Amino acid sequence: MQPDADRPLLLAARQGPRRIITAVDATGAALGLYAGMAVAQAQAQVPDLAIAEADPVADAAALSRLAGWCLRRATPLAAPNPPDGVWLDVTGCTHLFGGDASMLDFLTGRLTDAGIAVRAAMAPTPGGAHALARYGTSKITVAPDGAMRALLEPLPVAALRLDDGTVQGLRRLGFETIGALMRTPRAPLSRRFGATALRRLDQALGHVPEPIEPMALPGLPRTRLGFPEPIATPEDLARAATLLTDALCEKLRRRGLGASRLDLLCQRVDGAAQALRIGTAAATRDAAHLTRLLLPQLQTIDPGFGIEAMLLTASLTTRLDAAQFSSLADTAQQTDLATLVDVLANRLGEERIYAVHAVPSDIPERACRRVPPLARTAATSWPDRLPRPPRLFDPPRRVEAVSLLPDHPPVSFTWQRRAHRIRRADGPERVFGEWWKTPNEMFAARDYFQVEDYNGQRFWLFRQGNGEDASTGNMQWFLHGLFG
Amino acid sequence: MSPCIEDLRARIRLLERASYRPGGVLPFGVATIDAHLPGGGLARGSLHDIAGGGADEVHAAAAALFAAGLLARMEGVALWTTTAPDLFAPGLACAGLPPERLLYASAPDEKTVLLVMEEALRHAGLCAVVGEVAKLSMVASRRLVLAAEKSGVMALVVRRRREGKPADATLTAAATRWRITPLPSAALPSPGIGRARWQVELIRCRGGEPAHWIMEACDAQGRLSLPPDMANRQGAQGRHAA
Repeated sequence: MQPDADRPLLLAARQGPRRIITAVDATGAALGLYAGMAVAQAQAQVPDLAIAEADPVADAAALSRLAGWCLRRATPLAAPNPPDGVWLDVTGCTHLFGGDASMLDFLTGRLTDAGIAVRAAMAPTPGGAHALARYGTSKITVAPDGAMRALLEPLPVAALRLDDGTVQGLRRLGFETIGALMRTPRAPLSRRFGATALRRLDQALGHVPEPIEPMALPGLPRTRLGFPEPIATPEDLARAATLLTDALCEKLRRRGLGASRLDLLCQRVDGAAQALRIGTAAATRDAAHLTRLLLPQLQTIDPGFGIEAMLLTASLTTRLDAAQFSSLADTAQQTDLATLVDVLANRLGEERIYAVHAVPSDIPERACRRVPPLARTAATSWPDRLPRPPRLFDPPRRVEAVSLLPDHPPVSFTWQRRAHRIRRADGPERVFGEWWKTPNEMFAARDYFQVEDYNGQRFWLFRQGNGEDASTGNMQWFLHGLFG
Repeated sequence: MSPCIEDLRARIRLLERASYRPGGVLPFGVATIDAHLPGGGLARGSLHDIAGGGADEVHAAAAALFAAGLLARMEGVALWTTTAPDLFAPGLACAGLPPERLLYASAPDEKTVLLVMEEALRHAGLCAVVGEVAKLSMVASRRLVLAAEKSGVMALVVRRRREGKPADATLTAAATRWRITPLPSAALPSPGIGRARWQVELIRCRGGEPAHWIMEACDAQGRLSLPPDMANRQGAQGRHAA
């Protein structure tokens, strides 16, 4: 059904003899409608309602697709958490996104772009993340280690994943917040409400482990290895990983595929799953290469009391036809670089290894663009004859300089409390602002000078403005680079 | 030097495993320097340590340019790893190192710089690996040397100085150790700025003696050269007391 801005949209389902609202859009919520209300009552309150039949099966399928997207995009450990959530175990994944908060930013940003209203929380325990995502104060919450207790205290008891009866009962007894529940003796509570309420609390606080049962995407090439005795030593893990990789590469070869990402899942005897993920710049089914990428990461796996099964999945594959490997030195070198890039990218994070391409821009700090390391070479290059320093300050450092206007090089300048008297200089090289990028640069200009002081040290200085017209810049001097 | 001694030296070199250098040498193309280095140039499968003369960033820039000049005169792709991403590719291109020949790896700390260098040195697909660190211990440098010897890839360490700290003079396993200090350049007949001039000091050289030269800095192909006004003078080359 097409959403209409003025007309509230409801989803309704039959519950016993009544029809109950199961979901309300923002317009409806503003009019005082809520999930759990009888449809007849809502229709009496608001005359013109768009009502659609709830379809839990389709909802579950969509949630599962969403979890699959998270699995492909974010972490090897993801699972749908019906009715409205997705679990992600991001242990050891966040650095690939530049940190905890930026990972959540990225995921929520992508989902918002896709038209999904989303709230996200990252916490040391699944229960804590569940509570903060639904009842936290902001759309994105990152709970640091050890802060779980303080963060949970003000939240309502409903945040603990309890059934409605228990929540109502607790409320009737005056327990409004989780904090109140924490401060109460446990025995009477469990006698009154059963063990579940306290187990949920313990799970949220991390006193009781709560493994996430990861979902598996159907149709992906995978190999599994179960162990009659749980294994724990690094040597055993390495041997098992090698066996799995060999078997998986054989599967890939038979299906004519190459993997550009592998997920290794280790099932521990205590039910928890540990996962790691490696990626390659180019799709491959070279077992030796993949093993080499996998083995250094194995140390991040905590085997606990032992691992009883390992599962290796090629979560990203592309067609890779049987190729005849050329013996030309050039190709060999290219392959070798791809191997190195993979090793470094898996160790440092993908964005930390890069090449630089020329961008046609006169503004020095815009003349470069980071590109993936194996990208094809761009045709553009920088103009040869202009002097450019090997080291650039970004942003440029402000310096005090003495110079004759309008276009003489400075006589001296002071940088880091040291005065440099200029002996020789070259310039000015005038660089104009890129008015087509921002209106601020409409008239802006910089005059660049390469200068050498009496010790022979060479600097790249510029003056903001052309030296005559104040609209081109405020005549301040900056040190932009060092020639050595 | 008599041919007899030369022959003996060659034999000793063969006996010593450390002097086994796969990949040969990279000559500077300047007779006075090449004649001074064992093998006639910088050994490829080996570690070379390059520092700026002073304690500030200007000198680190000169050291980086010296390293870029070396890379420019090799063939193939090089990897440059550093903690501070202040390298300016157009500036390196001015020393003859085009952007498509360089990969960058930015590391969070110096320990990682050394790890990345070691990993990269094992890949014969690169021509050289450059790492920027402030400190290099004997152990760390030996690891780099071993990795470089195995693959024949040249390892270069460019020293970064931390503000106000004295120069790191720890002994390392590097085959050569260089110090690059900017010097005032020669006057041009017209106003303007000519080619930069460096004092190039070979502080330590395995199988050779320390020396220093006054050189014109890297040109657009990464070559050093003797200053024209000093080319015929003995004074261009001096020697430390060893």
